[in-house]
This record gives sequence, structure tokens and C-alpha cells, in this order.
Amino acid sequence: MGSLVEVSKLTIAAGDATLVDALSFTIRPGEVLALIGESGSGKTTTALALMGYARHGCRIAAGQVRIDDIDVLKLDARQLRALRGRKVAYIAQSAAASFNPSRCILDQVVEPATLHGTLTRAQAELQAIALFRELALPDPEGIGARYPHQVSGGQLQRLMAAMALITDPDVVILDEPTTALDVTTQVEVLRAFKRVVRERQVTAVYVSHDLAVVAQMADHILVLRGGRMQELGGTDRVLAQPAHEYTQQLLAAARPVARDSGHQAGSTPALLEVSGVGAGYGARDAQGRPKVCILQDIDLRLERGQAVGVIGESGSGKTTLARAVAGLLAPSAGAIRFDGQPLAPTLAERSKEELRRIQIVFQSADTALNPSQTIENILARPLQFYRGLKGAALQRRIAELLDLVKLPATVAGRLPGGLSGGQKQRVNLARALAAEPELLLCDEVTSALDTVVGAAVLDLIAELRRELGLSILFISHDLHTVRAVCDEIVVMRNGRKLAQVARPDFDRGPHHPYYEQLARAVPELRRGWLEELDQPRPVRVVA
Amino acid sequence: MTVLSIPLPDGRRAAWRRRLAQFGPSGLLGLAVLSFWLLAALFGPALLARSGAHGGAAVFAPISAEHWLGTDYLGRDMLARVIEGARYTVGVALVATLLASTTGTLLALLAAASNRWIDGTLSRLLDTLTAIPSKMFALLVVAGFGSSVPVLVITAAIIYVPGAFRIGRSLAVNINAMDYVTVARTRGEGTWYVMRREILPNILGPMLADLGLRFVYVVLLLASLSFLGLGVQPPMADWGSLVRENIGALADGGASVIAPAAAIASLTIAVNLAIDNLPGRKARERGAR
Repeated sequence: MGSLVEVSKLTIAAGDATLVDALSFTIRPGEVLALIGESGSGKTTTALALMGYARHGCRIAAGQVRIDDIDVLKLDARQLRALRGRKVAYIAQSAAASFNPSRCILDQVVEPATLHGTLTRAQAELQAIALFRELALPDPEGIGARYPHQVSGGQLQRLMAAMALITDPDVVILDEPTTALDVTTQVEVLRAFKRVVRERQVTAVYVSHDLAVVAQMADHILVLRGGRMQELGGTDRVLAQPAHEYTQQLLAAARPVARDSGHQAGSTPALLEVSGVGAGYGARDAQGRPKVCILQDIDLRLERGQAVGVIGESGSGKTTLARAVAGLLAPSAGAIRFDGQPLAPTLAERSKEELRRIQIVFQSADTALNPSQTIENILARPLQFYRGLKGAALQRRIAELLDLVKLPATVAGRLPGGLSGGQKQRVNLARALAAEPELLLCDEVTSALDTVVGAAVLDLIAELRRELGLSILFISHDLHTVRAVCDEIVVMRNGRKLAQVARPDFDRGPHHPYYEQLARAVPELRRGWLEELDQPRPVRVVA
Repeated sequence: MTVLSIPLPDGRRAAWRRRLAQFGPSGLLGLAVLSFWLLAALFGPALLARSGAHGGAAVFAPISAEHWLGTDYLGRDMLARVIEGARYTVGVALVATLLASTTGTLLALLAAASNRWIDGTLSRLLDTLTAIPSKMFALLVVAGFGSSVPVLVITAAIIYVPGAFRIGRSLAVNINAMDYVTVARTRGEGTWYVMRREILPNILGPMLADLGLRFVYVVLLLASLSFLGLGVQPPMADWGSLVRENIGALADGGASVIAPAAAIASLTIAVNLAIDNLPGRKARERGAR
């Protein structure tokens, strides 16, 4: 059997820069090829080129893309319109941004079929309902009548897959379809995708930066870096015996490495004590409860030098907890004690010294660094503000900080826009460290980063902890990450604390069922994990 | 008066030259025209051979060696009238625009960075001001305080503060929600620091573009006030009233109406060219995307 997709010497350029450099690969019918690499490696650019599309400012400079017997790059605009959505379909990362919020879902799902004239409206609706059922969507007959905001993110992602599959396309491109989802939702979506791909014999290109996800879906893996192919091989082979050094790095970053600081529980006094804290937004009623309760009755104890992880899906209140500790949101109930002293509820009531001792590091370094200040100014401010440093002493300290987070001294004069995501996150950390804090609140610090870069930042945090004796409250939705750096894990859901698990018990049950569910939902770096998940699990006997 | 010339250190002079070079050809053109009019407003009348108040020549005379821009409807020298008018237009309009934009931006920053009470009070107060028709407001002020240059400047500034405030606030509110502003707050920074160092640099680009537009509006407002007899009082005239006075020459294409109109156009274009090419602004636009 020949190949369905044939890409040879594909080169894509933007101005003088080459984004994709002479890339060649083939996909046979019914196979799934994964494009994997860090951001900026050209994986999405390559996937879009399969539809004959180059993003604004980019152009396809050379090469050939054949799908079936069509030379995609030679088509004119009208022929491309006929190809897209009919022969090649695209599933984007953010389904929420891809649906029109003012039209009902069914209208949008059947649109490709009616537009290309492959089915009549009535047939298309039947086909859509069949797809909804295959994708394990609840209420397949009725869900089409809803609007995009009335279904969850994971459901929307599956609805988008239905929209792509309704024309029975030859090739489907999935561009990071689960990256924006929680782990538990991700599993559901992956499971649905896997089933459809298997049953319909779909030929697909799966773009992702997550090797563990790719291991579940792909037959072949193509590793990209800087627009060049590093390695191409069967999934089993690439996972078991990565030939290229970069693939080995990727694999190493994807495997959880415990970064143990050797902290013994109970060996140091408590630094942060949160007791019975509740918080929320809106006007308060007679009992002092806010209109919308985000947090309820949270107890937490963090010892000096300890790292405590707070984990939960989005909307579980974990970020609100950090905001309450930082003083950005006054708790409506309970008390927060820091180093034995009660902590005032709002920023205005806390002393400068109290503020200095607790520093917060935000998720997205893009919005956490002022784009109009140089790195030097960003780092200088806390030093001037808390320590009153000036002149040579200030310069020396800035250089020390950059060195501490392993950035070259040359970045000092640059603006944040000129740095990569990982570098920005390091500056973000350095700014917090400039205040010489005792407690660092890390809010999803690695979730906007690629696996390799994220692992490097985690290494850095673990190292800083050892060297500076920092205590860390680490907030994340990724159990993987939390297990890697934390001594204890607090599990939250719907604003309540469900369980607290210490490091020795991470892998030893029994745990709260929700923790078990989270733990199981983290994809493992081997094939067949997704299938095993569906089989009934043996009942574990507790000794 | 002795003029002190302070020699700049070489490094600083080089930095100035570099900064000027960053303006690019169109920006430098704008700067040149702008500084020409500023100098004309400051020193022009002193250098003129005859004052614009002297009449007696032929009415609507064409361009000649004696009258470089012809004469107006009373036979006064047009060049002198335009140069003297620069004082009013450049002075009143530029000062009023700067005053309006600066005040508007400052209030916008305060509204965005402080609590919602201050925000609400400021927003509603300035909304009330917008509700009063601008010409009516000017009429009231001039009727109450008489027409003089300071009154005109302040009136024009007050009329255009709410617009600058609205734009500035909508920009600043977005910046205020950014994590770096939250970080500054958790550091314990005061409102003034947050306004000045964290928010202002990030809204400066659009605010400057707005200033350029607003300048055009103020020139138009002054011209229409003069038309109503509320602006600069005859025999002195700003460019807007020069156009109105000599509108009779338009049918013949007389220089007396074209000259002040061209002066208004050149000044507004120059202001916008200079602002659009500010070095920092271009760099930020490049850096942001």
C-alpha cells in the first residue's frame, strides 16, 4: 500500500529566517504521525503547510506536499478551499476560540459537509449525531442544540473533532488538542479520539509537545527542533531506544524525577499556618460570607524549608488560596499565621517586612514582566525598594541574581520581549528572589512552558530550595510536576481541601479517590497505557 | 541677558544625535516643521519688517515682492498676520492639548490604579462634563470670565480632558489587570509608583497618538470659537479666524485664505509625524509583536 501523505523537502521561511528546513516524511493510510518538539520548533507550521497554508509573514519556499494524488502547493485559492475541510481537516488547540459563540453547535458541526456539498443537511445531522455518539458525548441527540458556552471545554474539543470528521476527510490534523485541558478531562478526550481514530481508520497528524500523550495516539513519531527533523521512527522504537540526543533529552524531561530536598516532616517549626480559611468575591452577607465562595475551610501547614504542593483542576480554588496568602484577597473566615505571627488580611495592613518575606511568582511570564522595563530595571526595583541598594552594590546584586537563575549577564539590558519563555520565567523567579523571601508562592510556574524548559525550571527551583533554604507553596494542576518538587501534596476540589499526602505515601495507598483519579489520569510514557486505563483495575488489598 | 552655553559631555551629545537619528526621515521632517512654527511663535513678530496691524495696501492683493503672502480683506500683510497668528494657534492649541492630555492621562491612571470609589467618582464627574455641549460650555466660561488667552487655554483643556480620560482609563484598566502590576502591589508599592512606572509606559504610545488627534480638534474648536466671536479678539487673530476672515478670497484662490489654511495643515501634520516616529514608541511596537 502506498502512502497517502507525502511531504518532500518542505521549506518554510519567514523573511530571512527558515522555520522549517527541507522536511520530508510520508504517512500511510490509517496511520497517525506525531510531530513533536518544543515551541518554535516548526511543528504547527509544518502541519498547516499540509493544507497549503502559511501563517501571515511566512511563505512556503520550496518542497512538495502530496495528499493522495493532489499536489497541494500547486493549487489556486479556489481549489485550496475545496481541499480544506474536505480532504484535510484541522482541529485547533483552543476549541473555545474556534467556535462561533452566537450560533448553536449543530449548525457549526454540519457546516463543512453542507458547504462542500458532500451531504444534505438532514444526512449531515444524522452523521453528526453518530459522531457525537462515537466521541462519547453525553446526550448525542440534544447536545447539538446547545451553544458553545453551554458545554465544557473537553466536550467542546470533542465537538470540534466531530466537525472535522463529518466530511470523512482523508487526513486530520490535530494541533495540541488536549494541551489546554485538565489531566482528567484530557484522558476523556484522548480516549474518545483514540476510539474514533481506530474505528474510522483515520489518517492523522498529531502535533504535541507531550511525549506521553503522543505515545498513546501515534504510530510514528517525528521529532522536530528548530525546523529540522531530529528523528523519525515507530513509536515503540523512539520511546525505547531514542537515537538522537535531543529525543533522549525530551524523554528524560517527560519522566518524573523526584527532586528530594531531604526535608524531614516535623523537623522544623511551622512557617505558614492556614486555619479554617474561606474566601470569595462579591458582597458579604450577615455572617460575613461572600456572595461567591471560592474557598471553604482550608487548613494547611507549611514548615520552614518545606515545599507543599496544592493540586486541583481549574476552578478548584488553588490560585485563590495563593492570593489569600499573598494578601491580594482578604479571607472571609479563618486566620493565616506566618512565622508564628498573625498575618493581616490585606496588603495595605501588612508591613513592608512582612511583604518582603512572602513573594509570589506568577504562571505566565509574558504578563508577569513589564514589557517596557529592561530586565535590569525589573530586578533593581525590589532591591532598591526593600534594601535601598544603589550604584555598584546594586549592579553586583543584579549580576548575582542573574547568575543564580543561570541567565547570562548580557540579558540585563534587554526588554522582556527579546527573551524566550523559559528565560522570562527565570527572570520572574529572580525578581522574587531579589527580595530574599522566606516563602515563595509559585502559581503554575511551569504550565506555560515546554517539557524540557519546564523541567529545567523545576531543577532550578529545587536547587534554589537547597541553597537558600526557601519554603515553597507550589500550585499546579499537574500531579507530575507537584510530585517532582514537593514534600507534601494538598488535593483541592471545588474550594475544599480533600486530602493531604506526604512524599513517602505518594505511591502507597490508600488515598482519597479523587487523588487516585488524578494520579491515574497523568499519561504514562508507554504505549497501551490508555487501553489499560479502561480495563477494570484489580482491587488493591490494603495491608 | 547673557546666554549661557553649557557644553554637553561628548557621550551625552552622541546620545542626543542617536536619538534624533532614530526619528527617521518623516519624523525629522515633522520635528523641523514643528520647531519652525515654535520659533515663529516665539521670535517671529520681532523679526518682521511690518506689523500685521498696519493696513492701507490693496485689498486681497496677490503674492508680490512686497507682500510675500498677499494681503487680507483690509489690506494687511498676510505673512505678518500668519506669523502673529502662530502665537495664538501654537500657543493656545498646543498648550491646551498638552494640558488636556496630561490631566486626562493622570486622572485615568489614578482611576485605574486606585480603588473603585475614586474611579467611580472621577468617571461620573467627567461624564457629566461630556454631557455639556462644548461650544455652550465655552460660551458660558467666556461670558463669565471674559476672553483672554489663559481663559481660552483652560477652557479648551477642560473640554478635551474627558475624552483623553476615557481613552486613557480603558487602556490603563487593562494594564492594571496584568500580573506585573499585581507583583508590584504585593511588593508594597504605592499607587503613585504603580501609576508612573508600571502602567504609564505601557499606555504612552496610544496616548501620544491620541494627543496628535486631539490637537487637531483643539485647533478646530478655537477656530469655531473665534467665528462666534468668543476666541481670540480682533484685531489679533489665530489661524482659524484668519481663514474665516478671508473666506471671501476663496473664489479667486487668493493666498490670504490658503496661507493660514496651509499653516494649520502643516502644523497638525507635523505634530502627528513627530509623534508617530517617537523612537521609544516605534521600538515598543516592534518589541510587542
